[in-house]
Amino acid sequence: MAEAGYPDELLYHAEHDWARLDPADPGVATFGVTWFAQDALGEVVFFDPPAVGSSVAAGEFYAEVESVKAVSEVVAPLSGEIVEVNTSLADTPEAINEDPYGEGWMVRVKLADPGEADSLMDRDTYVGTL
Amino acid sequence: MTTPTLKRTPLFDAHVAAGAKLVSFGGWEMPVQYTEGVRAEHQAVRERAGVFDVSHMGEVQCSGPGAEAFLQHVLSNDVAKMAIGGAQYSLLCNEDGGLLDDLFTYRLGPDRFLTVTNASNHESDFAWLRERAGDHDVQLDDVAGAYAMLAVQGPRARELVQQIADSPLPPRMQAAPRIILGREALVCGTGYTGEDGVELLLAPADAPAVWEELLRRGALPCGLAARDTLRLEVCYPLYGNDLSTDRNPIEAGLGWACKEDTGFVGSEAVRRARDDGPEQKLVAFKITGPGIARQGNPLTGGGEVTSGTMSPSLGVGIGLAYVPAERAAVGETLQIDVRGKTRTAVIAPKPLYTKETDG
Repeated sequence: MAEAGYPDELLYHAEHDWARLDPADPGVATFGVTWFAQDALGEVVFFDPPAVGSSVAAGEFYAEVESVKAVSEVVAPLSGEIVEVNTSLADTPEAINEDPYGEGWMVRVKLADPGEADSLMDRDTYVGTL
Repeated sequence: MTTPTLKRTPLFDAHVAAGAKLVSFGGWEMPVQYTEGVRAEHQAVRERAGVFDVSHMGEVQCSGPGAEAFLQHVLSNDVAKMAIGGAQYSLLCNEDGGLLDDLFTYRLGPDRFLTVTNASNHESDFAWLRERAGDHDVQLDDVAGAYAMLAVQGPRARELVQQIADSPLPPRMQAAPRIILGREALVCGTGYTGEDGVELLLAPADAPAVWEELLRRGALPCGLAARDTLRLEVCYPLYGNDLSTDRNPIEAGLGWACKEDTGFVGSEAVRRARDDGPEQKLVAFKITGPGIARQGNPLTGGGEVTSGTMSPSLGVGIGLAYVPAERAAVGETLQIDVRGKTRTAVIAPKPLYTKETDG
């Protein structure tokens, strides 16, 4: 598993999810789960993605991850429409453990309201909640 | 997460030192996995050797001139067939044939037996046995506190334990006292992983030293999560998941452990279930696409999943499910409702994993 860490450039949701605003298009964000979340889950063996084109709402579940022992739902940090899912997680769900901020990304979302990002925490605030 | 009322085994400090994640299980605070994780632990047992702390399991000693007759009365298997040093799997049933527990019993002497119970059933098993001991010349002792139990499992497990034993270990399905690392132990050629290995019953104070020595010699510490994936790949039922008082041995596919002619408690109900055929049968399945079914997921057309996981050896979702008997044949397709999504599975022969084809 990856070393514990929380990148500075991400925004964080209290349910241990991160959002990365696309530098080229701040109306699009990538979502994933934090190091803390993957550590609590244990080894992920299955990622059940949402459908491209479906809507997600901040604070609501949009996907499921399963470890050997349990199922957990993943909370969306921001609202919008799914424009891409990480299909490589079908074959390598362990990327969520090994590289939660890189290869373990889950979905890309066209944001309903880019201003909603102000509601998320920066790294230090999030780390202070752990 | 954990409460102070949970019991701890003599190896609790060793688990913490080894980086275990601890969970509540059957009233005990037990390691679910260690730092290397369930996949590595599972693989270690399939390929080399792993060691499990199973001290949460209970033990009941039954002794006296009427011990054999008493156990014959309450256990489903033919206890009289067990020679001294023998081990036997059997079931504890109520009068209706409902399953109260599944147990291993070891015959330690002509009039002395040791029965290992599931942690969550131990107290109720002991009370049940006491209530039925009245007419028998037998002494029942709850000796759960007198034993720690280590399961050393895997193709290299025996070799590891042999290195610290005073004499050759008993073969599979036999038990014998041995000196292990200078300490008295009951060594049993049993386990619940589908691999060769032994289980060691030790005085609680002796367990930490033996545990440490096994790790030093290369056994990987393994938690309950790996124990579950290992047993499920070889389709061993787990009480509380696949077995309950609502199920009888015939439905559960455990008719082989029932000898109705001995007249054990529940034998008439078991005989009827065997003669009439069960309404449902416990089958093994493999998911044919993505996804994992879990305990409690219903099946289209009746029945339900009682155990489900991702098989580390096979790389697919696997499990056990009760299925209407007319559809319980190998090759039949099952539709499983997994939290609102339909997953397709196929009934597969037991065990789901065998060394010859998959290892």
